[in-house]
Amino acid sequence: MKELMIGNAALARGIYEAGCAVISSYPGTPSTEITEEFAKFSDAYCEWAPNEKVAMEAAFGASLRGKRSACCMKHVGLNVAADPLFTMSYTGVNAGMVICVADDPGMHSSQNEQDSRHYAIASKVPMLEPADSQEALDFAKIAFALSEQFDTPVFIKMCTRVAHSQSIVEKGERTEVTKEYVKNPQKYIMAPANAIRRHPLVEERTKKLTEYAETSPLNRVEEGDGTYDFGIITSSTSYQYVKEVFGDKVSVLKLGMVNPLPVQLIKDFAAKAGKVYVIEELDPIIETHCKVNGVDVIGKEKFSLLGEYSQKTIAAAFDLPAKESVGTDTAVPVRPPMMCAGCPHRGMYYVLAKNKITVLGDIGCYTLGSMPPLNALDMTLCMGASVSGLHGYNKAGGSETENKTVCVIGDSTFMHSGVTGLINIAYNQSNSTVIILDNSITGMTGHQQNPTTGYNIKGDPAGKVNLEALCHSIGISSVRVVDPYNLEECERVVKEELAKNEPSVIISRRPCVLLKYVKPKKPLKVNTEKCRGCKRCMKFGCPAISFRDGHAVVDNTLCIGCGVCAGLCPFDAFESEGE
Amino acid sequence: MATKNIMIVGVGGQGSLLASKLLGRLLVDEGYDVKVSEVHGMSQRGGSVVTYVKFGDKVYSPVIEEGEADFIVSFEKIEAARYIRNLKKGGTVIVNTQQIDPMPVIIGSTSYPAAILDEITEKGVHVDAIDALSLASEAGSAKACNIVLMGRLAKYFDIPYEKWEEAIQKIVKPNFIEINKKAFALGYQN
Repeated sequence: MKELMIGNAALARGIYEAGCAVISSYPGTPSTEITEEFAKFSDAYCEWAPNEKVAMEAAFGASLRGKRSACCMKHVGLNVAADPLFTMSYTGVNAGMVICVADDPGMHSSQNEQDSRHYAIASKVPMLEPADSQEALDFAKIAFALSEQFDTPVFIKMCTRVAHSQSIVEKGERTEVTKEYVKNPQKYIMAPANAIRRHPLVEERTKKLTEYAETSPLNRVEEGDGTYDFGIITSSTSYQYVKEVFGDKVSVLKLGMVNPLPVQLIKDFAAKAGKVYVIEELDPIIETHCKVNGVDVIGKEKFSLLGEYSQKTIAAAFDLPAKESVGTDTAVPVRPPMMCAGCPHRGMYYVLAKNKITVLGDIGCYTLGSMPPLNALDMTLCMGASVSGLHGYNKAGGSETENKTVCVIGDSTFMHSGVTGLINIAYNQSNSTVIILDNSITGMTGHQQNPTTGYNIKGDPAGKVNLEALCHSIGISSVRVVDPYNLEECERVVKEELAKNEPSVIISRRPCVLLKYVKPKKPLKVNTEKCRGCKRCMKFGCPAISFRDGHAVVDNTLCIGCGVCAGLCPFDAFESEGE
Repeated sequence: MATKNIMIVGVGGQGSLLASKLLGRLLVDEGYDVKVSEVHGMSQRGGSVVTYVKFGDKVYSPVIEEGEADFIVSFEKIEAARYIRNLKKGGTVIVNTQQIDPMPVIIGSTSYPAAILDEITEKGVHVDAIDALSLASEAGSAKACNIVLMGRLAKYFDIPYEKWEEAIQKIVKPNFIEINKKAFALGYQN
């Protein structure tokens, strides 16, 4: 049966059909659904690992044992997993292993727009790049076969528009593959004496893969009807935009394998096409390859290094007329994302902002604390950087900063790479105050379990890290737990911990309000006779509270009755319904 | 058939997912090539969200650009205006008259342009406004706004009414089929 699937679901299906037995990943937009969809299959093992490095190594272990395996991550997750990657290129695999990495051009939900293809080149690992859901499914199966044929892990690179666009897919059947594990120290122990013998094999493999790329069905020429006297080399979602603009009027070399790239295929295409454009989002990878091999192409001088492309940007680059719009320019207020009504993070941020504390932030929903009216954050860099950054900040600032600076990090992010920073704080003794915003879930990516929640990816009971005990065992003696709905308690504890001359951890604990087991209470109402319009509640930044006709108003479709605003109001104007 | 383009826009959390799921199911069943595209992640936290639904003989690009949308179905008043440049000349805006204040309005740094629909109508845009929230409540759930709007959209299509109902049956949980069928009918009639 034909069905619509997002690219990530189709990729999960392809990985499943290829007989993958173990998948280990860390969530990250736009890659998360690959693993979530795979978790729905009952006859394969699936897990959330604490971070991408652990996930990749777990997948490597499964491959070593003789089962096909995969790991999935977003582009910046690959930075974390880069260490095993580069050496896995040397060891190669036993059973096939696939690494799915999803880029986010345009930064819909990311802190940068790095191009993962650089990693494929640098680590000398082949990379396939599907352009729609059916290709995602098909390429997954090809990737596993290539992995075993060429003894290498294989990348599948997604991007937001392929990962999150639904297109029609036809499914196939699952075939299991098992390899025998045979002890082979020369291949799998990457000490210098062995590694030095593996490196030439890697170079040899790249040559063979380049030969494969010349004739592989992954790369194909679509002859144009001769309307335009030039050719286009493209891949991924850019291919779809090119076809949308030109249809069959131009010759296209569509590359499904972006590392290694073919040489002769490109030369032949260029010789026939004459003038050649390379259209690829982000960095000039294909363009540089063409130029290095003496093929004159037009690339980034015409197309941007920034953000996503579309049919519009490509048509404009070729001076084709723009589509006729109704053309009314209407100014409307921006609608940025924000923390939900009742979000437990808001209470802690309110306290920090009120006391003008410098806050080093981290990656998650709570990055939204940087938005007005709270404006509570000073820095956000990458996973875990709040904790390690705070240590350095206080080492540099000493007594000038120690008592007025904290960091905030979510429970999942703390497990990912905050804990190592905390070890550094304890070991090298900085007088730092770390706040763990424990909402008992990985929020921003859509509610994934993590080692602190006590449940696994399938929702079954699992091991549970005790954050208090962990912090104690690291060497932090002052560990406090507060309820972020209790502003008074939060303020008191933050002040006390900042005043101490030792490292400390405050766990701000309350589950995300979007969790199904968190039952909303009745919405609050504003008693307009009591409300004097002082707007103190407006500084809280709750989306359920707005200001109309001189009074605060509660939107009863958004309010979950957390009641924190009631504690803020000096005139007791917020009332529970029924009172 | 040339590709038809529908944009579904609104505020994160309003339920555009079910609307695009309904359209996807229906259009695949009708034998079209279909692409449905949306962005997950940060924008879903109360931000402005957009879903593209495209169908025809062969659909390439998953996104809808300026001047390409045949329909904009908006779950909220100003969201309709935000994406108006994407509307094709002669296209139609179907809009729920609900007002949801964005943060800059909440904190008072700007005001909500309440007359926005009149403004774009005056500029010659065909605006089909509907109080989907009331109709959804009448059907039995305020959450059925999305299906009310799909009912209104269905009036502009040649696809038989029963086919829409069949698609609702396929994608909605059994307990909610009746409410959603009623919501669809109210959108279609009013």
